[in-house]
Amino acid sequence: MEKHSCCCGGNKGNEFEKLDAILEKYRESKGTLIPILQEVQNVYGYLSKEVLIHIAQKTQIPISQIYGVATFYSQFHLNPRGKHIIRVCQGTACHVRGGAKILAALEELLEVNAGETTRDLNFTLETVACIGACGLAPVMMVDEEPYGRLTPEALPAILDQYR
Amino acid sequence: MNEAKREVLICAGGCISSGSNKVQAALRRELIDRGLDRDIRIVGTGCHGFCEMGPLVTVYPEGAFYVRVQESDVKEIVEKHLIGGEVVERLLYQDPVSNERILHSEDIDFYKKQMRFVLANCGHIDAEDINAYLEVGGYKALEKALTEMTPDDVIEEVKAAGLRGRGGGGFPTGLKWGFARKSPGEKKYVVCNADEGDPGAFMDRSILEGDPHRLLEGMAICGYAIGADEGYIYVRAEYPLAIKRLKIAIKQAMAEGYLGENIFDSGFNFTIKIKEGAGAFVCGEETALLASIEGKRGMPRPRPPFPAVSGLWGKPTNINNVETFANIYDIITRGSAWYASIGTEKSKGTKVFALTGKINNTGLAEVPMGITMREIIFGIGGGIPNGKKFKAVQIGGPSGGCLPEELLDMPVDYDSLTKIGAMVGSGGLVVMDESTCMVDVARFFLNFTQSESCGKCTPCREGTKRMLEILTRITQGKGEEGDIELLEDLCYKIKDTALCGLGQTAPNPILSTIKYFRHEYEAHIREKRCPAGSCTRLIGYRITDNCKGCSLCKKVCPANAIIGDIKQKHTIDASVCLKCGACMEKCPFKAIEKG
Repeated sequence: MEKHSCCCGGNKGNEFEKLDAILEKYRESKGTLIPILQEVQNVYGYLSKEVLIHIAQKTQIPISQIYGVATFYSQFHLNPRGKHIIRVCQGTACHVRGGAKILAALEELLEVNAGETTRDLNFTLETVACIGACGLAPVMMVDEEPYGRLTPEALPAILDQYR
Repeated sequence: MNEAKREVLICAGGCISSGSNKVQAALRRELIDRGLDRDIRIVGTGCHGFCEMGPLVTVYPEGAFYVRVQESDVKEIVEKHLIGGEVVERLLYQDPVSNERILHSEDIDFYKKQMRFVLANCGHIDAEDINAYLEVGGYKALEKALTEMTPDDVIEEVKAAGLRGRGGGGFPTGLKWGFARKSPGEKKYVVCNADEGDPGAFMDRSILEGDPHRLLEGMAICGYAIGADEGYIYVRAEYPLAIKRLKIAIKQAMAEGYLGENIFDSGFNFTIKIKEGAGAFVCGEETALLASIEGKRGMPRPRPPFPAVSGLWGKPTNINNVETFANIYDIITRGSAWYASIGTEKSKGTKVFALTGKINNTGLAEVPMGITMREIIFGIGGGIPNGKKFKAVQIGGPSGGCLPEELLDMPVDYDSLTKIGAMVGSGGLVVMDESTCMVDVARFFLNFTQSESCGKCTPCREGTKRMLEILTRITQGKGEEGDIELLEDLCYKIKDTALCGLGQTAPNPILSTIKYFRHEYEAHIREKRCPAGSCTRLIGYRITDNCKGCSLCKKVCPANAIIGDIKQKHTIDASVCLKCGACMEKCPFKAIEKG
């Protein structure tokens, strides 16, 4: 039988199988809420309401506290995101070397604003305060891959690699 | 083949963003194709520091330092140099003044004027191999501390060296360790703050990626000194490569017995865990960082009690940042007297600065404390590109300040900088030229601190918001008489009342720009003019009498804002103009002015 690994329903019995495995791994250690959320988000792509409630039930951590942590850190997302995440650096060095123009060009190319996901769920466009590659400003990251010394003209070719 | 051992070092740190992975892959393929992969070793190192010239490739035994190497250059390096034994001249660094090609990195001005101890191994050793670290004397400091010194000796040595915290505050490290040692309690912790969040700073990243064992060694020595057997490294999730290399380093150090139980048969046990941050700038503040490790929202709390008394899970905890721990190795191996001979009376040793912005040589520069800013920016950094004029340098990130030209000859140390309203901070130096608007820079930083404010205390939560509103208004030409005074008043109140370092220092970028660039604020407010020509709402384009009526600008204008017949002087309709600047770039007669 085909196994469903996503959280959107389907095979009800196995809905949280992967989630439970993660929770089991951290059962004995303390201060683990953030690593749990990080791993869970890696598996499901984002933190849905159902997932957060399930974590609360299993760990006995109040849902209010989990929601507080999940909304405090910019890394966590409560809504579905694109297949590829574009992070445009808006740090100081990128700012003085034209980081804003790169962001504007991407917004135009992808027809979304920063923080939004394209309609085909392929790209999510985000800004990041600094990725620490200031020597190569302006920079952006597509998933884990950094791109430096950017110009608006260079962007279409980079995006095409991810379509 | 040459008798001497052939090695090719490729920067696999920040240079990855400039394509060093592709170069490395191409080189590997080329060597395999020619059956040379057994004779020639390829080493992926951490950041070499000269990011402007990346990807950087060094070929040993000659030590030939190739810059901006592209995939297409690999074949030539292999054929001419690795096989033929002849250096590829055209890929060597070219001195911008003498135009001479320079063979060794240490002869390039950028490196020659530096003093590299903390960064000594970065870019020179394989960061994923503990043996490479051992070959250059690694873990000798830990051995010396554990076998020849008492914990009190170690603390005295660090105190005598005069090392101060490199993360921003500049608190004496030895004193801090002493507090944690004296705190009663069986269980204590060592925490490393690797949450390098200041935009414009990347020295910690470079150490984590290029020389991770140096950090582990410094932390273990600290653990021995204060009586802790457990350490945590809190590292930003935005640094995946650093996390990967730290994990490898910890695993290797455990396997080789440099971490774990009974290290060097001394009875001392020490383990290190990694905690990944989740994206919150405020977690760089120590009490917020501890809350985050405990799995809570990263909000600061009032001090005292200081972490040395009640830190992680209520236990005595010593927190230092990456660069601080990276200084310990040399203090222990070379001695405090040697260390204290570098720097100024109250700021000892070296400091790593990250040079970015409008500067020719972007990269990392490690210099002795007390050097002048001018030497860093013009001597090492090579000055401002495109013949533009220096205007200001922003030091210390969102907590620091902007310094004008007349302060460039002042020594760079903790106390001198604090005196003039800036701070060493984490050591980010962002250089700005005449085209950077200082009001916009202040607005940029406030935008950052405002969005990163955790919201716990009112002065920071509300104050940064109000200040940002005023600054935004000014840059849009809606500034009013009295805005400067209002900003100053808010700044001083927030400095005095905010709970943690983030709020207390958030006004620094505003205060320093008002202090040194007040005229720019006044021009925005009174004349509705941006002297740097940077605030789009305030600039306009104008066609001068140099116009020959060629119509090129008219063709390129996306808004059809340019009017005029061919061979007649053209004009710009300001009500339609989008201020994109395309016309100015296109004009062959330099007949279009901005301002």
